[in-house]
Amino acid sequence: MIAGYLARDTVLHRIPVYIKLLALAGVGLTLPFIQAIWPLVIGLALVLATYCACGREALRRLKFLRMFLLVLITIAVIQAMTTSWLAGAISVIRLLIMILMADLVTLSSTMQAMMDALQPVLKPFRYIGLNPRKLALAVALVMRFIPFLLAIWRERDEAYRARTGRKANWRLIAPFLAETLRLADKVAETLDARGIGTQHKGSQ
Amino acid sequence: MTFMRKWNLSTGDFVRIALFAAIIAALGILPPLNFPFLGGVPISVQTLGIMLTGVLIGARLGVLAVLLLIFVVALGAPVLSGGRGGLSVFFGPTVGFFLGWIPSVAATGWLYRVLPISSVYARAVTASILGGIIVLYLFGIPVMAWRVGLTFMQATFASLVFIPGDLLKAIAVGFVAEVVERRKSNGIP
Repeated sequence: MIAGYLARDTVLHRIPVYIKLLALAGVGLTLPFIQAIWPLVIGLALVLATYCACGREALRRLKFLRMFLLVLITIAVIQAMTTSWLAGAISVIRLLIMILMADLVTLSSTMQAMMDALQPVLKPFRYIGLNPRKLALAVALVMRFIPFLLAIWRERDEAYRARTGRKANWRLIAPFLAETLRLADKVAETLDARGIGTQHKGSQ
Repeated sequence: MTFMRKWNLSTGDFVRIALFAAIIAALGILPPLNFPFLGGVPISVQTLGIMLTGVLIGARLGVLAVLLLIFVVALGAPVLSGGRGGLSVFFGPTVGFFLGWIPSVAATGWLYRVLPISSVYARAVTASILGGIIVLYLFGIPVMAWRVGLTFMQATFASLVFIPGDLLKAIAVGFVAEVVERRKSNGIP
């Protein structure tokens, strides 16, 4: 996997997450107002230098940009045809700076640290009934379900191939979903049986 | 049992929300599926997850599942197709197609419930096309235009490549909905 936390000890890792998030928001708000190309090129160079400072593994992550490549090229070409190559370059560099800076925040902050940093943002939602502990449980469930679902799918896929000799196709989706729904019912029973999430006076 | 009283969620609902958030993520991680009726062109299936979520658990739980997934992505988990994840997703040119999952799943779920079409297959396909494609693009295209300084028409043109694949996903949702409904009426969960 490409995205996610990179376990290393760099200066970036030591900056508190909320400061990194505020910095990201600040750059995101000012960047659209920068119309000249030179400040943007310098900005991009600074971001790339930060990647270098974070080590070789951080640099290797830059491969994730392949996902955006097609869109970025399309944007550059369309702008070049309608306005100018310069306008295309400015749009693409702006996007690259934002994407890379956001990725720097992600690579240097654990999910738990992010969750903690977001607590003040989530606080107002308490009034509409969002309990941070239940949100944390939901996140944990999602993260635990994903490898489980992939394992169930792999099993179904192998069985299908053994039966038919053909590659997996969409026909596997329905029985796969049926199995996962059964799994969900069992998990719900387990939570109920252990009294997790049941209402006490004063909780919620 | 009631799990979140203010939201009127049972424990089963709560787990289903987490499950469908995970299913959308898992569909993005899987290698692209084969669709034999298109000469075996492989296409990524994450938006298939959005359509399925709307059709199978409805608008309300579907929206909560998508919000939960968006939160998990923001926390930095690489759960989008191609191993994307983290805050960079929110600053890319296609963020409108990502956040557009919220109105998209709501529209798909709602349309599937209210459309006056008796055939499960046709109703699921129609709801998926209207909610999963049209509503999604109505959000994704303007945001892309705004993020990168294109006109609305240019951004639409750039998005058209994905329409054929999306239509196939809608058809697949129809088949899946039919099988799931049939199992349900036969008493198989």
